[in-house]
Order: sequence, then structure tokens, then C-alpha cells
Amino acid sequence: MKELVEFLAKALVDDPEAVQVSQVEGERSLILELRVAPDDMGKVIGKQGRIAKALRTVVKAAATKEGKMVHVEIID
Amino acid sequence: MKSIERSARSVEEAIAEALEELQVSREDVDIEVLEEGTKGFLGIIGSKQARVRVSIRDKREERAQGAVAFLQETLQRMGLECSVNYAWDADDVLKIQIAGNELGLVIGRRGETLDALQYVVSLATNRNGEWIRIILDAEGYRARREETLQNLATRLANRVKRSGRRAVLDPMNAMERRIIHMTLQDDPSVHTHSEGEAPFRRVIIAPRRNR
Repeated sequence: MKELVEFLAKALVDDPEAVQVSQVEGERSLILELRVAPDDMGKVIGKQGRIAKALRTVVKAAATKEGKMVHVEIID
Repeated sequence: MKSIERSARSVEEAIAEALEELQVSREDVDIEVLEEGTKGFLGIIGSKQARVRVSIRDKREERAQGAVAFLQETLQRMGLECSVNYAWDADDVLKIQIAGNELGLVIGRRGETLDALQYVVSLATNRNGEWIRIILDAEGYRARREETLQNLATRLANRVKRSGRRAVLDPMNAMERRIIHMTLQDDPSVHTHSEGEAPFRRVIIAPRRNR
């Protein structure tokens, strides 16, 4: 799941080197914290959060398969 | 493939002029030198202009394959085993078909996962260069959804005609709203328009009063 978020974020930003994803694992849930270069924030959030929403939707579909709740948080 | 020819005093100058005219950078073009050009004596007698043909490289195919590879890797990282094919339609839209076993997950509720994937693939592919419109589909979902929406539009329009009251549809994306509008555009007894802001924008079917 972590690799999925990393892969998608790297494809969207100008500075893929700066993409970092850390995970906080709970019993039934997983929180993925996504960090990107300050100038790339817009590239992973989008107007009215449209890109962030799309990322979460894709991750949610992948998580359904694993039967886990996954939250993607974008850290600034 | 767009290409132009330019003449100038030297090959370099001719290339520079052509790139300026095409508004592209040098790595996006193929250059053919038609005439080397000679300085001539004192730059006047016997001088010959250099002539080049500069063609914008067709990167479309390359980018289509990039889009497919990106989608394939995304699906794989989602834990889904799918195969991906693509074709260009008559309007230069890149249509990508996903086939496999777990297409329910790929499509999602009302196509939300398919739409999200389509958006992300489109963003990743169109980071630079001419915008390529991309439509993702899985086992004919788009066509089925279109039919469902057309039936819904017709059914609701009939209700509006009977009751004389307007019908408010669920929020839909632009592509889906368009299907509703198109279905009812030739119906003289109802009128359609959209209200609200995306992602909550919805179509309203209203009776046309002044018949």
C-alpha cells in the first residue's frame, strides 16, 4: 500500500526524490503519511482536493482487497 | 507530423528560427539539413543560404505506451491482475481497456475508482507536451453506464411531463451530465440544465412551459 502511494505521488510531482511515505499501522487501520516538496503540494492535492481525492479512491480500492481501512494523509 | 522549412545565413540560425516558429525545443524535433549554405566571398558574392527542414517528432505513440505502462504498474501495486490494451479513436482520444478478474474493484461504486484511475493516468501522462485525452474502460462499463443514464433520463423526463414538476438528479461528473443533456436535448416538453458546484453538480430536468 505504501509502495502504491509512493509510485502514484512520484508520477505526479516535479521532484520525485522528495516524495516520502511513512506508515502508522493500527490493528485494523493503516495511516499513510505522504510528504512531498513544498512546491509540489498542489500536484498531489489539486484544485478543491481533486487529485488527493483520486489518490484516496485508488488506495481505498486496493485496501478493500486487503480488508483494511487505509487513510492517506498529506503532510505539509 | 508538423514540419516547416527555414532558410538563414547558417544552419544554426535556420534551426533557431524554425524552433522559434514552432515554439518547441530542440529535443522534440527531427532536423534535416537541405542546404549547407556557404559564406561566399566577403559574404556577398556566391553566398548561399542554409536551408533546413524541422519536424516535430510524433511523441503520441511513445506517450500512449507510457500511459499504459503506468496504469499497468498501478494496477499491479493495487494487487490486481489485469491486462491493459489501448487504441486511438477517430477524435484522437486514447482509449484504454482494462481486462481481468477483479474488474469490480477497478470500476468501483458508480465507476468512481475507474474515474480516479483515469484522472491520475491522465495527469501523469500529460505532465508535458500536447494534451492527450484519455478514457479508461473495463468490460464495457462506460457503454453500459451510458445506457443506464439514457434510460434514467427518459424515465425521469416522462415523470416530469406527467407531474409538471422538475426532477433533480444525483450529483454526476461532467461526462455523465452530458449524457443526460444529450438524451433530452430534442425533447420539446422538457428542458435540462445543471446546478451546483462540482463534485456536487447535478442535472435538473424541468418542464418546458411555453409550448
